[in-house]
Amino acid sequence: MSYYDPKDLARFGEIGKFRGELAEKFFEYYNAVTGADGALTKREKALIALAVAHSEKCPYCIDAYTTACLEAGANPEEMTEAVHVAATMKAGITLVHGVQMHNALEKLGAM
Amino acid sequence: MAHLPFAETLANHKLSLSPTTVDTLQANLTRLCNQACHHCHVDASPKRTEQMDRATVDQCLEVLARHPTIEKLDLTGGAPELNPHFEYFVVEARRLGKHVMVRHNLTVTIDGNPQTGESKRHLPEFFAQHRVEVISSLPYYQQFFTDKQRGNGVFAKSLEAMRMLNAFGYGQPESGLELNLVYNPVGAFLPASQESLEQQYKRELANKFGVTFNRLFTITNMPINRFKKDLIRLERYDEYLAKLISSFNPAAAAGVMCRSLISVGYDGRLYDCDFNQMLDLSLSPTDGATIFDFDLEKLTHRQILFDQHCYGCTAGAGSSCGGATATS
Repeated sequence: MSYYDPKDLARFGEIGKFRGELAEKFFEYYNAVTGADGALTKREKALIALAVAHSEKCPYCIDAYTTACLEAGANPEEMTEAVHVAATMKAGITLVHGVQMHNALEKLGAM
Repeated sequence: MAHLPFAETLANHKLSLSPTTVDTLQANLTRLCNQACHHCHVDASPKRTEQMDRATVDQCLEVLARHPTIEKLDLTGGAPELNPHFEYFVVEARRLGKHVMVRHNLTVTIDGNPQTGESKRHLPEFFAQHRVEVISSLPYYQQFFTDKQRGNGVFAKSLEAMRMLNAFGYGQPESGLELNLVYNPVGAFLPASQESLEQQYKRELANKFGVTFNRLFTITNMPINRFKKDLIRLERYDEYLAKLISSFNPAAAAGVMCRSLISVGYDGRLYDCDFNQMLDLSLSPTDGATIFDFDLEKLTHRQILFDQHCYGCTAGAGSSCGGATATS
């Protein structure tokens, strides 16, 4: 059995079992950000969330935002491109740290 | 998994959904179709043979003539154009001054009759000549989702048929010839907002393929027949039904189509809607079981038969043959 059970996503609200007022604030904020069109459309926000879900490697979020993207009218091409955005960010973030390596090499007199 | 009965949900919301009127007669002319779509609630296919006969068509026309308040005739199937009396039905209903809508799958114009080989390429001109409202399924504005649901090559053929309809004035400003498209989800999820999806469809279809249409109707997949089998295969039936139930919208429920429509099957039997027809939930004999004993007074006072599939019409922004029934 996998450590993650998809059914647990539906139990997210249980986080409010203790210090419920904090959970309430979170869910209110969450719904305000993701639940309606704003400066960004719900579709754009769902695609961003899907990209973040991948970069953060959250199986719950990948399930939830695959559905959310479809229910916002997005298609697999757009969703795949969003995942590529996450991937290129990850790759870029890794590579740009190469400059730190160069700095270290310089400090060591090796470059 | 046990799900809350639909009747109980209505009671919990203090809703009593009785008929308001009958302004539409929806006739299912045939189970024959040139396509065999993945989610078809009719289980229509090129192999089906059920057809409404001329006597039943004539009786539908008699009912329409007798009742001026039934202003609309909604022809569906299968592919209704594959009924041998289809064109007669349209011409006579228009002669009676009725607004005629055809649930036209677009590809039948290109494919023709799968059993006889008869060409149907004249349909766009016929529709325009009789000023029929054309309502056509196009599950997405791209090939991938459309072909996945409706079969390989359907997207390309649908575009070809839409171009033919556009050439006869359909979907063109000022022509008065309406071409409306229908979106339904390709899988176990709910439709996007009708307004936003319509904008995307219009932009994408015009820019990439040069075709135009009037309105987009979003429809929820009904968990019956082929789609139900699919959900069971994917082990998602319970989850899908739970989603429909949790998305119950009283405003959408108030606008359900069965409150203003009577559905007639190819054999003349009467139903509250096309979905009840496919589930064999026919009206009780006391309300008038067939088109041959159509009694408008009794029908407007009938008890509508609801069951679990009705959650499909009341979820989110609602779903009907005319698209969403409320704002989500």
